[in-house]
Amino acid sequence: MSRVGVVAIGHGRFGRREDASVQELAAEAFREALADGGLERKEIDAAIIAAVPEYHKQRSLTGLIMEYLGLNPRPAWLCEDACASGSAAIRSAWMAVKSGLHKVVAVIGAQKMTELSTPEILALMGRVGEVQWESIFGTTFPGYYAMLARRHMHEYGTTKEQLGLVAVKAHYYGARNKYAMFQKEITLEKALSSQPVASPFGIFDCCANADGAAVVILAEEERARALAKDRVVWLDGLGCATTTMSLLRRPTLVSLPSAVEAARQAYQMAAVVPSDIKVADVHDCFTIAELLAYEDLGFCPRGQGGRFIEEKQSYIGGKHPVNVDGGLKAKGHPIGTTGVSMACEIVKQLRGEAGERQVPGADVGLTHNVGGNGQYCFVHIYKKE
Amino acid sequence: MFSWFGKISFTPCTKVAAFAEHLKEGRLVGSRCKKCGSENFPPRADCPNCLSDEFEFVEWHRRGKLLTYTRIDAAPTGFQDMAPYVVCLVELEQGGRAVGWMGESLKEEELRPDMPVEIRPRFFEEIEPIKLYLSVEKP
Repeated sequence: MSRVGVVAIGHGRFGRREDASVQELAAEAFREALADGGLERKEIDAAIIAAVPEYHKQRSLTGLIMEYLGLNPRPAWLCEDACASGSAAIRSAWMAVKSGLHKVVAVIGAQKMTELSTPEILALMGRVGEVQWESIFGTTFPGYYAMLARRHMHEYGTTKEQLGLVAVKAHYYGARNKYAMFQKEITLEKALSSQPVASPFGIFDCCANADGAAVVILAEEERARALAKDRVVWLDGLGCATTTMSLLRRPTLVSLPSAVEAARQAYQMAAVVPSDIKVADVHDCFTIAELLAYEDLGFCPRGQGGRFIEEKQSYIGGKHPVNVDGGLKAKGHPIGTTGVSMACEIVKQLRGEAGERQVPGADVGLTHNVGGNGQYCFVHIYKKE
Repeated sequence: MFSWFGKISFTPCTKVAAFAEHLKEGRLVGSRCKKCGSENFPPRADCPNCLSDEFEFVEWHRRGKLLTYTRIDAAPTGFQDMAPYVVCLVELEQGGRAVGWMGESLKEEELRPDMPVEIRPRFFEEIEPIKLYLSVEKP
């Protein structure tokens, strides 16, 4: 069975990018990807855009990006699965390549979130949940994850300090990532003393809206070997699952069932087990989300996520280094781009090109990208040979 | 009429709109599928079990337990005048769950997951026309 490989990655700077439009952000990452892979535009057969449309004034962004990057008349389409759009696009690209329809596909994650006014952002924030029965009580994104955190604290004794340690780790590695929105370390005291958002969360439990773009280019096996030589990284395991959007019908509040199922599929397809994963990028939109990811991915037993971070098992040198690029928390979360950014980091790690953040011996890596309150999850497993 | 339900309504059109009329009369109702008998709260026009669209409303018990809660300090559009407010997720004894606001009979410091609570229909007194919500109270 032929494989699908990543032949190039490109990543722009994340943050409040008052200097650039969304297509200009896309160009930064796209240019870097072409340079990274030694590719020319003519070698790309199709493009998939990952973006969440409601943040952009430009409607149907795909058209503008194709024009701006000079990719017409190639086929292009949009993938949207909320915060998991990037991984939805990568899955779509894998299918496009695997089907034989296209040989080389560029996945372009591009998101501009900070152009909206505060009232526009606050109005969007009020409709993240299920709007018929839940949003009418003023639920918010932090509020949903805060309710999961509260339940996890109740059932397993997870503490606010343990949640704070997730933020401390994120900022420790973010300080070492030149693309990150926040490149400054924080102390646990600072993490815990932050302004309240949705109890038990303060502002340091939450990731920030950001602008930014990232690109990965996938190719079928033969072309991948020809283009990327020994730098090719294979996408060998893909899992994707859904669970309820509303908490009203969610089977459990101490796990994301979508993540458990997506992980099961991905491990099986890649023929690996959790202990094989040397480095992972997980969806830490809120501190509790990273603890849930440790457990849902099988990095530690159920309920032990808090202890896992306390023991620094998710730092480089621990059992499972996680988000050593700073995660959503320190990098910022340009929602359509995030899944593509995760893929860039894992490819970089597997190539051994992550510099001072390099995880030694990283040959199998994983991304875990969640959409919305957990209703979508994609788990992808990458291998170096 | 469904726009009566909630401080802000995002879903004025629904086949279960009569939920709000019942609520106005002080009754909490769920749905029962006429085909397979599956009961649901909140009510659904389409049965999640057999997908039949034949349903009837049935009165629902208000007792349940608090699953989890959060105090929202950073509120979205339409709710900033109320912040902070406490959002509760309640599992009902009869089945199903409800989201509601912590009511006056409870204090945030007293809240514990799994404690017994009851949900009550309430009117916003200060808002016209009719506006209803669910309040989570001591049983």
